[in-house]
Amino acid sequence: MTKRRTWVYFIPYGLWLALFVIAPVALIIYQSFFDLGQHFTLTNYSTYFRSATYLKMTLNSVWYAFLITLFTGLISYPTAYFIHQLKHRQFWLLLVILPTWINILLKAYAFIGIFSQAGLANQFLTFIGIGPQQILFTNASFIFVATYIQIPFMILPIYNALDDLNPAFVNASKDLGASTWQTFRHVIFPLTLPGVKAGVQAVFIPSLSLFMLTRLIGGNKVITLGTAIEEHFLTTMNWGMGSTIGVVLIVAMIIVMLLTGDQKTKGGTPR
Amino acid sequence: MKRLVSLIVGLLAVCGLLAYTGHQLQASSGSTGRKVLNLYNWGDYIDPHLLTKFQKETGYHVNVETFDSNEAMYTKINQGGTHYDLAVPSEYMVAKMKRAHLLQPLDKSRLTGLQNYDSQFMSQTFDRGNRYSLPYFWGTLGIIYNDKFIKPGSIRHWNDLWSTKYRDRIMLIDSARDIMGMALASQGKSMNTTDPATLRQAEQKLNRLAPNVKATVADEIKMYMTQNEAPIAVDWSGEAAEMLANNAHLHYIVPSEGSNLWIDNLVIPKTAQHTNAIYAFLNFMSRPDNAAQNAEYVGYATPNRKAKALLPKATREDQQFYPDATTLRHLEVYRDLSPTKVQLYNDLYLEFKMHH
Repeated sequence: MTKRRTWVYFIPYGLWLALFVIAPVALIIYQSFFDLGQHFTLTNYSTYFRSATYLKMTLNSVWYAFLITLFTGLISYPTAYFIHQLKHRQFWLLLVILPTWINILLKAYAFIGIFSQAGLANQFLTFIGIGPQQILFTNASFIFVATYIQIPFMILPIYNALDDLNPAFVNASKDLGASTWQTFRHVIFPLTLPGVKAGVQAVFIPSLSLFMLTRLIGGNKVITLGTAIEEHFLTTMNWGMGSTIGVVLIVAMIIVMLLTGDQKTKGGTPR
Repeated sequence: MKRLVSLIVGLLAVCGLLAYTGHQLQASSGSTGRKVLNLYNWGDYIDPHLLTKFQKETGYHVNVETFDSNEAMYTKINQGGTHYDLAVPSEYMVAKMKRAHLLQPLDKSRLTGLQNYDSQFMSQTFDRGNRYSLPYFWGTLGIIYNDKFIKPGSIRHWNDLWSTKYRDRIMLIDSARDIMGMALASQGKSMNTTDPATLRQAEQKLNRLAPNVKATVADEIKMYMTQNEAPIAVDWSGEAAEMLANNAHLHYIVPSEGSNLWIDNLVIPKTAQHTNAIYAFLNFMSRPDNAAQNAEYVGYATPNRKAKALLPKATREDQQFYPDATTLRHLEVYRDLSPTKVQLYNDLYLEFKMHH
């Protein structure tokens, strides 16, 4: 009886998985084998891997996604750590999550207002005597905004990992004479590494295909794979090529998952 | 938890009520009845007063649904399940829809006011003899500049944009066909070129423009230019009209050596159901007084010769939006290219964007 009931519980999840995960991925893979003339072929893949443009774009995307993830991590870990020390942590955590309730497009437009020639940032620069600078449409502003948008998705898993950390370990480490830094370096950080990995997964993959920001903030001076996908689906209507790039992104996602996944066999458990 | 559940139930109840009321309102206005017309149009592309006037005169209620790109409209109509009576594609999309058998031919015997249209905009390559389409608005591709930063008269031609003076000062509209077309026009080539070598040269010329390009953006260009973010932009006349209305320092020019002439057209999709309403509407919109009123509201150039005569003198003699005969002769309508050629344009354009 109980066994059957568990099976029944699985139905909505299974349906959801089949309809919204497996079916779309299968469709993308299927589409990627068709060229503009609707012939079944591998040309899309050979075009992709033989085109200097696409390869450069892939490198670009990976590089920017790496930078965004790196900066997000550098900001998020200390933030999560300090929030965890605070008294009203739920409140502070809520403040961190709050921006995710606002649509990404609105946030991008807000940054346009801040970074534009007459915006707040330039008013400040003028005030301190540096004079207005070109901030919008630079790589730096693109990475800044992308990092800002991704931060909550990195803080949450790290915070949860810190929350799961048994304080007894930290106390034991201190009792045994370790300094605060040693405790952090050898106890806290390794034990919260799964949180960091989850955060990297949550940030790196979406960053690979950001396209709205590349145009709105980067002024299309930063071109990622997302830009190419958008163009193939909306302008040239070459769904096959767009799907091919989509498949490449999915493969990249799997690679990142494998790299950051739990590697129990390697014995990474702290002693 | 209990509060959460009651909150969700409450929200659902409100949504349900709204949906029901909306449905009732739709039913009372008769979106499915016989006295309606379903118009599929670009956003804010018709004077709403005209719709009420049309209903008063003929009794047909017009339901307007909007799209934001030709491709989106094409996909939606192509996939079926829609009942649009009229749609407003641009010229190359008319050709594409025609080829995909998505359009119904116009019954000329039921049209009045055809003679009101300027022959310049009739019987174009995309629809010879206007078998499927009537021109709705037209415009050009050109250069917008801000006289606060650029001396009026210093930019007249496409090639002026390549000047080293304008380093990091130009905004381009993010459109492969238009930007590649601009480079082609600057080299005296046709904007419909399909020769790969010529296109390659155009791309190389664009790469030399890259240092001057501040950004390649879409609709936001309007906002940026209005806020003096950049002194120069390349965009369509329709967008320019909106910018000029919001910032008196902006000016629009169409390079006389050649540019694009685009025409948005009224067409009848295959799925249309309300034939009488369609012809009543087409004839209504062909009337000079209505076309003129619409042109004043939308701010684009009207292909209706008699309507143009009704416009205020300042508008109809505005060289920015009704260019002189010489310029007009050099304008080129985009031909609908084969998918592989469209791909070639886009690949080269993508390479240019990567070149920044």
